[in-house]
Amino acid sequence: MSTMNNVGRPTTPNAVSEKPATLTGGRGLLQNEPLIFEGEGWGKTGVDLATPKTDGSDLGDLVRRDPIGLPGLSEPEAMRHYVRLSQKNHAIDLAIYPLGSCTMKHNPRLNEKMARLAGFSDIHPLQPQSTVQGALELMDSLSHWLTTLTGMPAVALSPKAGAHGELCGLMAIRAAHEAKGEHEQRRKVLVPTSAHGTNPATAAFVGYTVVEVAQTEDGRVDVTDLASKLGPDVAAIMVTNPNTCGLFERDIMEISRLTHEAGAYFYCDGANFNAIVGRVRPGDLGVDAMHINLHKTFSTPHGGGGPGAGPVVLSEALAPFAPAPWVVNTGEGFKLVEREEDEAAQAFGRLCAFQGQMGMYVRALSYMMSHGADGLRQVAEDAVLNANYIKARLSDLMSAAFPDGPCMHEALFDDEWLKGTDITTLDFAKALIDEGFHPMTMYFPLVVHGAMLIEPTETESKAELDRFIEAMRLLAQAAKAGDVDRFKGAPFHAPMRRLDETKAARSPKLRWVKPEGSNQAA
Amino acid sequence: MPDGSELNMRYLPLTADDREAMLAAIGAKSIDDLFVDVPESARLSGPVDLPRVAGELEVERALSAMAAKNKTAGSVPFFCGAGAYKHHVPATVDHVIQRSEFLTSYTPYQPEIAQGTLQYLYEFQTQVANLTGMPVANASLYDGSTAMAEGVLMATRVTRRNKAVISGGVHPHYVKATETVVHAMGVETQVLPAAVDAEADVIAQIGPDTACVVVQTPNVFGTATDVTKIAEAAQANGALLIVVVTEAVSMGLLKSPGEMGADIVAGEGQSIGNALNYGGPYIGLFATREKLLRQTPGRYCGETVDAEGKRGFVLTLSTREQHIRRDKATSNICTNSGLCCLAFTIHMSLLGETGLRQLALLNHEKALATRDALAAIEGVEVLTPRFFNEFAVKLPKNAAEVVETLAAQGILAGVPYSRLAPEAGMDDVLLVAATETTLDADIQILATALKAAVA
Repeated sequence: MSTMNNVGRPTTPNAVSEKPATLTGGRGLLQNEPLIFEGEGWGKTGVDLATPKTDGSDLGDLVRRDPIGLPGLSEPEAMRHYVRLSQKNHAIDLAIYPLGSCTMKHNPRLNEKMARLAGFSDIHPLQPQSTVQGALELMDSLSHWLTTLTGMPAVALSPKAGAHGELCGLMAIRAAHEAKGEHEQRRKVLVPTSAHGTNPATAAFVGYTVVEVAQTEDGRVDVTDLASKLGPDVAAIMVTNPNTCGLFERDIMEISRLTHEAGAYFYCDGANFNAIVGRVRPGDLGVDAMHINLHKTFSTPHGGGGPGAGPVVLSEALAPFAPAPWVVNTGEGFKLVEREEDEAAQAFGRLCAFQGQMGMYVRALSYMMSHGADGLRQVAEDAVLNANYIKARLSDLMSAAFPDGPCMHEALFDDEWLKGTDITTLDFAKALIDEGFHPMTMYFPLVVHGAMLIEPTETESKAELDRFIEAMRLLAQAAKAGDVDRFKGAPFHAPMRRLDETKAARSPKLRWVKPEGSNQAA
Repeated sequence: MPDGSELNMRYLPLTADDREAMLAAIGAKSIDDLFVDVPESARLSGPVDLPRVAGELEVERALSAMAAKNKTAGSVPFFCGAGAYKHHVPATVDHVIQRSEFLTSYTPYQPEIAQGTLQYLYEFQTQVANLTGMPVANASLYDGSTAMAEGVLMATRVTRRNKAVISGGVHPHYVKATETVVHAMGVETQVLPAAVDAEADVIAQIGPDTACVVVQTPNVFGTATDVTKIAEAAQANGALLIVVVTEAVSMGLLKSPGEMGADIVAGEGQSIGNALNYGGPYIGLFATREKLLRQTPGRYCGETVDAEGKRGFVLTLSTREQHIRRDKATSNICTNSGLCCLAFTIHMSLLGETGLRQLALLNHEKALATRDALAAIEGVEVLTPRFFNEFAVKLPKNAAEVVETLAAQGILAGVPYSRLAPEAGMDDVLLVAATETTLDADIQILATALKAAVA
């Protein structure tokens, strides 16, 4: 047979034992991608705009003359740059993302499509209200779903994230105490030791002194300690329920009763609402204010750290103090109340320039309407079922922080089981990366040593849970078998090896600057 | 399900068999066993009183009906601004931000598998720093107004003083959002009277107790001002100058806040890469001087190396933040505007300096043309002397009523100042913005309709 063109010939693996490093730093599909500032983009642009007829000379000295320092990319270069970057990210669409406290669930694309309808995305926050009745209707409808699901009479939609919602809730509480003339005496906020960092930070932000409340052996608020700290100097308690240990606060009725008896208000951190949505209404637990992370329970995408949305539901006692703006259905149409006057006379102010995160409202309502009341109840049940399944399947190898009784939507382990292995929670997490999974939340809550907080959410199939559990079990066995190297140097197979965070913080480099001697334009 | 006995919800993968097998593995008889810790009195026996599960088709139909009731900016002659601007965003931007790896990832707490997010944040920080003319920028806050509030609080920490002097040219909603938060912290604010050239009054109010001076340029009336002298006066008194920018594109034409001596820039980045979205999500830009870094709010992405010495990026300086410092943190902020930063940074990369300058000039050109058309109307007085893409006019009638009249004719003529500050006694002032999306025909339609409306 004559020499065959080898293009198109089927390949077969060759027997090569050693894996040589690549010459360029690229690795198969993983491109070595420089910063846009390090490329050839100086002076380039990827947009085609009309030629301006003015040079801005009417502005005289106000015109910017010096180089700004912004490289440009043509459209194909831009597409490639960002697609290459994207391939270095883990994502919920790739595999389970079991970050406890973060509720990384499937983000339905219908919601994206709805948020991009021009009728929602291409309207201005200050258009006449007569031209945005559909937007106000959507906000009214979202308010109805949120208040019905929580059993609370009112909601302030505008907070832009969970922590912003906490701020809203505490400001409403403060305004209520001011209205009663009790603000000067009530300067403390009680916060359990297991709380999210945002809780004490928010309380301090609003000018309160934070007093910590102890936790019991079984991971709940110590009611005796709470009772001893409640008094006429306490403005509020901030309790997460289900709490950050993934447990329902059994004594929640007693907690709210004691709080109200002391003349204080009950702020509930609603970060974990996913565990109880449709099965429990916070209003029935005596809650006065609770933020709802639309980007957790109601699946608006986390987007690499935001944007979020943190509407706050409010009790009768706090509703009059809700910040502007909000929507009222007048019977003839919808009205946006924007100022502290008339029906809003007691509003504590305004939290942001406009109406809040409209794009997130659309996505969240789309998600809720899709599930319906029955589907949302199933969400809570499946989220709790998945977490308990993980807990049950791992408890023989790892140490559950609170082994007795069921957990809610997340399973918490400590590092007791790693004792004597020289492997830390961090090492274990990094080894999990090598197996293709995003690690669980590490070292939080602070009350549990070497905490590993696993939240699967309801959108994981049993097959995916089993795949994750299998990886966890294999790693746990390897750890116990003394396979220390697998952990200490991990990750070995990720786009990057372990990064030096200490170095980053010691001498911060927070932007690209032109290297000395470079002739680049900026 | 065929027999209708079981919920069929497309986002929930567990089957009835799965649930049974999993309950067995747990050792629970029913799902109720897992909710035993809920007090009996608070257990709901069935679904709450809301509609039941709905298909994509039904949901899309219902939401589309709501959307159809709104008059969109792109469908009419459109001149609204006042802190939110309609710009053309290249199609690439929205495509890329919907990639799963960006859209459905979390805050990059595991940097080894989040370099995509971290690198774009680093690029974003660099772009914002260069655009504002400042040494450092953070990885974004919620929006411009919350950035201003954070800036004022930061200034009180830095100076250990307690009073903010706020120019009457700052957007009234920004002022309100800031006062709401800083008053709770016991910070005093002195807001100067609203005026087209309000910056002229600022220097006289700076005193030994002033923590910061807040000015906006272009201001809410559109006036572009060189604030260099205000910066000098503030700094001579040991105070910081905070410059608010609500239209990021303006920095493509106007001197940067950094060039004019700003200590803190609190900006709204919506104009680059992000849609109007009826007010959110937007993107708070926050930039400052290096020496003030440790007092700043929000996240930073920083450069470092991995175990093999390869450059990479991580979240850094987190010892300022709530998850480490708790009640001693510089701010309670946790979530930022990640995906909006990505939209910003892609759009800015497509523009480049060349495109940004061109875009800015086009905005200015359209605004000049709009000004000329409106100035020719009898009874209409243009108030703003030097502006970027927005200016104020005084009408012989109530501006809100005129806006309603024109809206009924399918023209969104601008924002009546009274909508922002009814108490200011400027009921006849209309704020008019134009951008590269404004057509010459739109300007003519506006001028003709306005002329008739004020006649």
